[in-house]
Amino acid sequence: MKLNTEPNFSDGDTFYASLTDIHRDLTPEQSERVNARLVLLLANHIGDLAVLNEAMNIASDIGANK
Amino acid sequence: MLGDDVEFELEWASVYTFQCRKMDDFIFHRVIFIGDAAHQVSPFGARGANGGIQSAENLTWKIIRILRGSAPPALLTTYNTERQPAASDNILNSTRSTDFITPKNHISRVFRDETLRLAKTLPFARPLINSGRLSVPYHYRDSPLNTPDSQDFNGGPPPGSPAKDAPLIIAGQSGWLLERLGNRFVCMLSANTSQTNIKTLTDIADLDILLIGDNVIDNEGILNKRYDLRPGTVYLFRPDQIVAARWRHFDKDNVIRAMRRALGFELENAQLEKAQ
Repeated sequence: MKLNTEPNFSDGDTFYASLTDIHRDLTPEQSERVNARLVLLLANHIGDLAVLNEAMNIASDIGANK
Repeated sequence: MLGDDVEFELEWASVYTFQCRKMDDFIFHRVIFIGDAAHQVSPFGARGANGGIQSAENLTWKIIRILRGSAPPALLTTYNTERQPAASDNILNSTRSTDFITPKNHISRVFRDETLRLAKTLPFARPLINSGRLSVPYHYRDSPLNTPDSQDFNGGPPPGSPAKDAPLIIAGQSGWLLERLGNRFVCMLSANTSQTNIKTLTDIADLDILLIGDNVIDNEGILNKRYDLRPGTVYLFRPDQIVAARWRHFDKDNVIRAMRRALGFELENAQLEKAQ
């Protein structure tokens, strides 16, 4: 698998806090838009379709009771 | 489109419906389906008419030769074999454009709208805007009519792909390669090829020879670059301007065999190979 699922953040805790912070004052609809923008930005940065497909497969695996 | 300051009145609007679908087989007994009757697409990317014209180009040279008796009737099946993936490709692309223009659910509309917003300031999002991917001629990668490369080519159109155009000087006048191709097989080779070798091909019906370097000059070297024309290179083109085969050295038997293969004479063998 080309997607890196080992710990890779330069500062995981700070990232995690920032990710929740940017949504703090948003409505659910606004949050949805921000998440979509973030996905597009980061997906482009990764670029490689094989890696992106692996990520999307894992993301889509949300259990039997979809 | 017009900008915020421009006033306008909407004169007329209507609903235009379209479908993306194709037949599983474009040939039904003695009826051949073509164009929208065979494969329909949404109108994004100019694929409807262009797809139909490409299908017509694929079909006509085959029918002509079957009627003349210079190709086996089995050649007709390759109209379906070759145009099926082309139709799928057109449907895939026009469907994607349709989904971008009219998103089918809430979240895809969110992605679509944010792509448009990001595109205002960020270059990465601009190529994602899908208002139609323009039709290009299809590459028949897996066609049984192709003679696969047996030698090294670094670029140049591979067998099954359309000829790339190039500017040439023909009898002293500006011209183009594609003007010299079509309606019959063409074998393109260097004028340096020995006359004895060239003569072996001159009596073959439905085959013309295009010599580069004599009456026809690659003035700007563009043909050379686009076809990876190392010395001795030979290209064989089908009547529909699709590359049938190419080699690094001239061998008349190769040319004749590739021409017969492109006419469908080896289709039975190919089917037997598949069955094994």
